[in-house]
Amino acid sequence: MADAEVRHEDQPDAGHEHAPGVHHHGPPTGFIRKYIFSIDHKVIGIQYLLLALFSVFIGLVMSVLMRLKLTWPEQGWPGLATLFGEGAPGGVISPELYLSLVTMHGTIMVFFVLTTAPQGGFGNYFLPIQVGAEDMAFPVLNMLSFWVTFIGLLVLLAAIFAAGSTVVGPTGGWTGYPPLSAIGHLLNVPGQDWGLNLWVTSIAIFCVASLLGALNFITTLLNLRTRGMSLMRMPLTCWSWFTTAILALLSFPVLLAAGILLLLDHNAGTSFFVPGGLSNGTTVIPHQGGSPILWQHLFWFFGHPEVYIAILPGMGATSHILSTFARKPVFGYRAMVFAMFAIGLLGFFVWGHHMFLSGMSPYTGMAFSVLTLSIGVPSAIKTFNWLGTLWGGRIRFTTPMLFAIGFVSLFVAGGITGLVLGQSSLDLSMHDTYFVLAHFHLVMGVAAIFGMFAGTYFWFPKMFGRMMSERWGKIHFWPTLIGVYCIFIPMHSMGIVGMPRRYSQFTETVGGNREHIYKFLTSTDPLVMFVTVAAIVTAVVQVIFFWNFFYSMFKGEKASDNPWEATTLEWVTATPPPHDNFGGKVPTVYRGAYEYSVPGAPEDYVMQTTPDEALANADGNGHGGGYGKANGDDGHGR
Amino acid sequence: MGRALAVFLFVMTGLSLWMFLSGKWWFPQSISEHGPAYDRQFLLTIVVVGVAFAAAQLALGYAVWRFRDTGGRERAVYSHGNNRMEMLWTAITAFIFITVAILGQRVWAGLHFEPAPADSARVRVLAQQFQWNFHYPGSDAKFGQTSPEKISDESLNYIGLDETDAASKDDAVSSTLVTQVNRPVELILMARDVTHAFWVPPLRFKQDAVPGLEIPVHFKPNKVGRYEIACAELCGQQHYKMKSFMLVLPADEYAALTALPQAQFQTRVAELYKKYPVIY
Repeated sequence: MADAEVRHEDQPDAGHEHAPGVHHHGPPTGFIRKYIFSIDHKVIGIQYLLLALFSVFIGLVMSVLMRLKLTWPEQGWPGLATLFGEGAPGGVISPELYLSLVTMHGTIMVFFVLTTAPQGGFGNYFLPIQVGAEDMAFPVLNMLSFWVTFIGLLVLLAAIFAAGSTVVGPTGGWTGYPPLSAIGHLLNVPGQDWGLNLWVTSIAIFCVASLLGALNFITTLLNLRTRGMSLMRMPLTCWSWFTTAILALLSFPVLLAAGILLLLDHNAGTSFFVPGGLSNGTTVIPHQGGSPILWQHLFWFFGHPEVYIAILPGMGATSHILSTFARKPVFGYRAMVFAMFAIGLLGFFVWGHHMFLSGMSPYTGMAFSVLTLSIGVPSAIKTFNWLGTLWGGRIRFTTPMLFAIGFVSLFVAGGITGLVLGQSSLDLSMHDTYFVLAHFHLVMGVAAIFGMFAGTYFWFPKMFGRMMSERWGKIHFWPTLIGVYCIFIPMHSMGIVGMPRRYSQFTETVGGNREHIYKFLTSTDPLVMFVTVAAIVTAVVQVIFFWNFFYSMFKGEKASDNPWEATTLEWVTATPPPHDNFGGKVPTVYRGAYEYSVPGAPEDYVMQTTPDEALANADGNGHGGGYGKANGDDGHGR
Repeated sequence: MGRALAVFLFVMTGLSLWMFLSGKWWFPQSISEHGPAYDRQFLLTIVVVGVAFAAAQLALGYAVWRFRDTGGRERAVYSHGNNRMEMLWTAITAFIFITVAILGQRVWAGLHFEPAPADSARVRVLAQQFQWNFHYPGSDAKFGQTSPEKISDESLNYIGLDETDAASKDDAVSSTLVTQVNRPVELILMARDVTHAFWVPPLRFKQDAVPGLEIPVHFKPNKVGRYEIACAELCGQQHYKMKSFMLVLPADEYAALTALPQAQFQTRVAELYKKYPVIY
């Protein structure tokens, strides 16, 4: 590290030349060091992305299986009996297998997709390049964080099949509320013995990996920025990865601690989360003195910041991409940075809104309710500024731009219903219904995924040296956008009618007739069917993306160094970037990240590395003073 | 492409609003005293939500239509933002959101900050996998002692009632919640294995029943009939059919029923089920 600091701080004129010996690691030559146990942040980033791509496929298949069960609860499906044995007798998904799917879908998506791809994937690859560093601050730690994540995923997948006699993985939901998680095995709940153990262990492993990653991100961003890259000149993506890393650093340890306590309750007879006086109907359960609500506090103290861990990088990518393709500077850059930090900070004070009906003090509920609705303010600032960025632009509708605009639309659609769910009063009916599912899937699920799609289409050329097909990208975009709205808007209506979450079926056959278990849900029949059809179509359409991704990797059109005519440092270097990112020439930064359509400049974009003199000369008027505004000062805070 | 996206956003916004406005999928009619206040607050919130949603989507649609690159040579507007607009916008949203948040406290406060009225009927509720047990004190208005050691599903003693306690002689235990119309009822919610949640949609009321805690709640049903009780917190593989019913009875029927000893209580409840079919 000392070397790196010397280079950045004490070599005023060596900005384009490498001091000898600053390389911590030369380019590896063997296959294993190059592609498997690599310490190159770019390789690690791609490893994270591939891990997330695998995970999202599993999670997606699980969601389709859930829709099948909900729509045709007694139908057998080919192959399931072989795969799950007793979990799907005769191919019919059992209630416990359904709950296992619920649990695993949630866990895989939240941890191994939403946390992994935007931060571990894109963040790893592009944060060092965008700040002009040649790698992460701690490359070995970076490698470890990926491989620890990988082990976490293996353990989680093992949980599905580890229950032995009963087949299914853990059935307590991704939130793992005790006592169901802690003593479910004493109550003969399927999947809550070894399935639960592996599930908690996997999450604990993931917490460790995220901590390693977060430390690395924060250090890299603070210490390894290149000359001229002041904080307020950083791309908003860097701000989002930075904020996310801080959230991860502060929230994952809490989950880690909670997970360890839960493991002890489950296996060692402790009672952190299990109170006394419980019964299995025959005997008293030998635990006493714990509190189930304590788990909920610890879990959501992590769980709410986790929502922002999933969505903030998407916000960063969206701001970055909107500006690029609107050919306009980001509207209110400073406000965007502050809003992001405000969201992150407030995110630590609102966890109680998951617990209004948990039995905690109703006065606490009131405080959490007001704090929760205040988080809408910085979110609204972001939305306003995205619109402001588009306003007056010259919008180029590339595939990444389409997904970024989709992100804005979905973020609004999903986020705005927080206004309903943030009110303790309204949770009297809405809590734990499909309204909640609709809300968080739109905002932290689909919007975040749209952010990732946007990022993938945008950065793919830099990562693999080839363009993804624009035509197939658009064919992927349209049904996906229409599909996700068709899936999640009707779920709000189901929730208003009162449909509860985590029910494995709503109808059953009694004496040959299909009957509703709950009559108040009768009116939702057409919605259930509509959503299922939409979900299947949308899931199938994703094949186009997978195909485009892997086909383009090998056969796509060759990409130039700066195919989108963008301004930030990743577009300065070669495609794909060399091992040390800038080929030994450390860039010097002269201006903010989003200098598009600068009046008088030769092109409609000015690279961060373009000196003022170059601009002035191009214009032929011989002085750079006219471009004072083009230094990235957004005119705020004066 | 910009125009197509704009059209999509307009159509999507219209259809989404229609889903809410059509009234096809809405709450069941309220049967509780606080229900209308709940419905008003929900309506107010959903109107604010709907207006904000539509405004943002339509603005987005307009922007992608109006500012699409049409191939000309002129550049985008070079602007880094507008502080005054930013502050104005922030102030407006902050005002609206905080107002909604404060208004939203009323229903909650009315139910949860006030103790149950003195004339409330009291019912102890012990939830278990996958069944509701409602414990009535009988004519002496005293609950018999219960203890987890005495719980025995085999002998149908789900709540561990101490039969030797004098106060338990006239107690009744049933999977049906019996209430009197226009009389407040206080439930003392408990769970004996895992967390469950008591929920009756037309009542606009839901509350977790947590092992180790006794959570007192109250509400006033105001419409005679029979309504479904659902469990709203994941409690295990049969969670989806942890179902029971709440009867809201006229005063005379309620008095007659609650005076009955355990055996006849169940028979009478079965008769009342026939008299009051579930209708929404």
